[in-house]
Amino acid sequence: MYSAPTESLIKQAREIKEDELQKFYGRVFKLLHSKDQGGDTVDSLQRLHLILSATKYSRELPSDLASKLQTVLCSSSSPEQLQLLSSSILREISLSVHSLWSNVSQDSRTISYVASVVLSQAGNKEEVMPVCHHLLKSLESRLSEAQMSKHTLPILSKMISVYPDILTDDQVNVVSRKMVDWLRYASMQQGASVSSGGFFSGQRARQPAPLMEVDGVVTGDFFTVLCVGQSYTEDQWMNMYTFSMIRSWLLTFDAGGTSNAESDDRSEVDSSVMSMVSATSSSSRLLPPKERLREKTFEYCQRLIEQSDRKALKRTDTELQKACIVESVSIMDIICGEDPSYVYRAFPCIKALYGRLNGDLAYSRALIPIAQFYLNHSEMAAVDSEAVFRQLFGHCPAEQFNEPMLAFEFIQFCLLNTSTLQARVTTYRQSFPNLLKLLAWNSPGLISEFVELLPSLVASDTAIELLHTILDLPCLAAALDLQHRSSDRTSWDQQGAKVAACLDAFRQPFYRGLFLYILRPEVGTGDTIDRLRVLHGILADMADSPRVVRCAQVIPVLLHVYFNTVIQISDEKLMNQLMLVLLERSGLLYNIRTFHAEVQRVFSTHLQTLCKLHPSLIVDQSRELLDFVGSPSNIYSKEDFYTHVVWVIGEYLSVSYDTRCSVELITSFFESLEAVLFEITQVRQSASPPSFSPRLITVLMTTLAKLATRSQDLIPRVSLFLSKMRLFARSAPVTACYSEEDSEEIITRAHELINLLKLPNVAQFVLAPSAGGDGPRWHRDTNTSLPQSMRTISTLLHRHSSVLPT
Amino acid sequence: MVICFLIHTVCPVNALSAGESRILYSRSFGPETGDGRDFTSEQKRLMQKEKLQIVSRQVRSAVALSREASGNPCAEAVLGEEAMALGEAECGVFSLGNVELFPDRSVVLWLGVQSLAFTLVCRPHENLLLAEGTLRSIARHCLEELRLLGPGSEVLLKSDRVDAMLHRLLPHGQLLFLNHRFAFSLDKEIASYVSK
Repeated sequence: MYSAPTESLIKQAREIKEDELQKFYGRVFKLLHSKDQGGDTVDSLQRLHLILSATKYSRELPSDLASKLQTVLCSSSSPEQLQLLSSSILREISLSVHSLWSNVSQDSRTISYVASVVLSQAGNKEEVMPVCHHLLKSLESRLSEAQMSKHTLPILSKMISVYPDILTDDQVNVVSRKMVDWLRYASMQQGASVSSGGFFSGQRARQPAPLMEVDGVVTGDFFTVLCVGQSYTEDQWMNMYTFSMIRSWLLTFDAGGTSNAESDDRSEVDSSVMSMVSATSSSSRLLPPKERLREKTFEYCQRLIEQSDRKALKRTDTELQKACIVESVSIMDIICGEDPSYVYRAFPCIKALYGRLNGDLAYSRALIPIAQFYLNHSEMAAVDSEAVFRQLFGHCPAEQFNEPMLAFEFIQFCLLNTSTLQARVTTYRQSFPNLLKLLAWNSPGLISEFVELLPSLVASDTAIELLHTILDLPCLAAALDLQHRSSDRTSWDQQGAKVAACLDAFRQPFYRGLFLYILRPEVGTGDTIDRLRVLHGILADMADSPRVVRCAQVIPVLLHVYFNTVIQISDEKLMNQLMLVLLERSGLLYNIRTFHAEVQRVFSTHLQTLCKLHPSLIVDQSRELLDFVGSPSNIYSKEDFYTHVVWVIGEYLSVSYDTRCSVELITSFFESLEAVLFEITQVRQSASPPSFSPRLITVLMTTLAKLATRSQDLIPRVSLFLSKMRLFARSAPVTACYSEEDSEEIITRAHELINLLKLPNVAQFVLAPSAGGDGPRWHRDTNTSLPQSMRTISTLLHRHSSVLPT
Repeated sequence: MVICFLIHTVCPVNALSAGESRILYSRSFGPETGDGRDFTSEQKRLMQKEKLQIVSRQVRSAVALSREASGNPCAEAVLGEEAMALGEAECGVFSLGNVELFPDRSVVLWLGVQSLAFTLVCRPHENLLLAEGTLRSIARHCLEELRLLGPGSEVLLKSDRVDAMLHRLLPHGQLLFLNHRFAFSLDKEIASYVSK
């Protein structure tokens, strides 16, 4: 598809030399002036366009060429191709739009092409005004649709999307009146068909044929975009253009008076008066133009919803019916928002529609605007919306997680309505297992949305289950893949061979419970399962499949968001539970490359945060922590996290943080850590090089020293131990493995700690400052200030440095 | 409302670094915001082109990730097999979070057909069903009228055909509710333009 010749063409266009370019400009100019309006001229204009658009830096056209192009553009006698090429060339150069509009031919096609240049070149509202005025004039006058530009409404719509206040009230009314005519009162018969000739056509008078619905039945009601005919009249085209832009029109110009830029106060009064009148459509002729437009649009939408129930003969029309449903429901939602009296008329229609579409997977995307409607108006109409949301959250994501468009729209819906959903729809938060399926399937595409959405799913009663679910999201991705494959037996791809074993396991009844849990739609069946390790094992072959790997990559950021949110709402009990999950899951993760390391890093960060916020966690969880740090196997599998656990113990296991911290407790931690350090620093002939980093050694040493300062009987023990560290650091396996600096660091640290411990009170201050250590008192009070203490300590250390054991 | 339409590469291009995309056709519809900040028109053009580059890069990466995850082998269709190529094409959507780039949270809709992608950037809260249908229709016309499945360079030299298609199917960025008869009528106009 994309080949070298194409690439070299672009290169040539960019690198064309200036003199060659000027010659080319000259040639184009001559061609435009010649009578030839065919091949050569078109060719050279196409090349000119390529040259101008191929580079991001602007090129300047000679002014005579530019004005000739403008003349070609603005004149209706130019063939369409030349007008089109001129318009695309003029969009690429810098141009003043003032000159453009002065002598434009008034035919529909020219207006549209010129408008496209004006719109892209205009820098402010004033520059598009002439176009706007021209279009409005044509709307106000009694021009037939054939005489005004077909693209009047798209152009106007574009202008008001950028400059919402470009139209005055009166002008808005003028346009509204025309739109009512086109929407509601377009011709009811087919247009005069262009005769295809033929021997037998000719003099026969052509009766205008009736229009059909999409299922072939003759239509009996007013014209809409779902009416089909051999050819269309001009006002039927305008009907289609009107409906295409009516939603943004309504959003821009609400009932209140003018555009949304105006104040809302008047709108309150107006709409309350108008709502009584608009409740009955028979009096609609008395309504002001904007309200009348609203009324007619509402009727149009109702008709479209009815028409969407028909079985279309063509697939294009079926797809259009879906788009029409989505658009109609959204428009009705907007109208009901502006004028609540419409709610009573709308609800029967929407409820019937929901009943029709519910359960039909092909129409799931249409459920979302329906849910939005219920969310906005069900309270007002006292209609029960439970069932709708249960269907939406309970079934959609579970059955159609692999449809990217649906997943995106679903998440956008959640994002748009988080506060309402959190407050009023209990099933929302209960369904996070289902919602996370969407993320698991398409992690790169939806992660930024989920980072915003996740806080709304965090609640204290389900927080632990949510944490487990996030940690097992890659497993969920693998399970969803298996579920998808097992239901779609025809597809076979590069991953097929690898996952065959996993697929078998998926189908076995013995493992059913595991998969049912991981694929559950809602909370409540337990925070996690006992046989999680079994599940990880079954899915091991899929750990390097692209989908699983991408999913694993987004877990760290998701965890950060989770922890930052949950910490704000945690009470003591929840924090204890979180701590336990950290300890437990640090060793229980799906085995994906780098996943363990990444998750550990996140755990370490938040372990510190948790302990800092609530230091008595150390004492609360002392048994689990003792078990954890007492097993050297934890070092080998999760060194980073282990190091941090040791560190927080050293920091926060103190009577100043928790009065329950007894001497026995400190001693038992001390002994446990001492045993571990002893085991890993054994200097034996057959010892293998250490597989842990030097940092672990220094943290262990420092932690032991800290604990010793709090129970000073331990000081001699630790000093003796530390004095042996030099031997360890100088042993052959260690010097082979660690760098010179690292070995030195271990030795230096051991010395510093030994010396410090000779002055227990100073040591206590340095190694374990009380909680107020960060406060300004430490710096201002001359007796306790930090600089003073540091000076004291340095002198002491230097004085003692000669008394080091070797 | 569609803000712009792009045709760009999603395959490796020799002259570009990995992950970069060559834009073969781009059409922006009018100004995006009314704030008349004082940029010269050259600056505006440069910014516009850079923004489109960023979008095309993001789409390239999205297409690559989607193909990698689905693991489906890419069948190479040739001229004449446009329908098959479209049938096998992947479709996706993401939102541009960066406010500087386009109006807040614009949505990017893409359709990946072998080594090219067709991309629409839409305003937020647009009717994505309609946008998707329009994108497929435009892509189908482009594949046919520009003979994109072949080795030729019509996409560069006959870009006015794309303009003509967009003029009818997406006038000034307006998405249209076209039933099969409206679409047929416009298809006829496009065909007659192309045949000239």
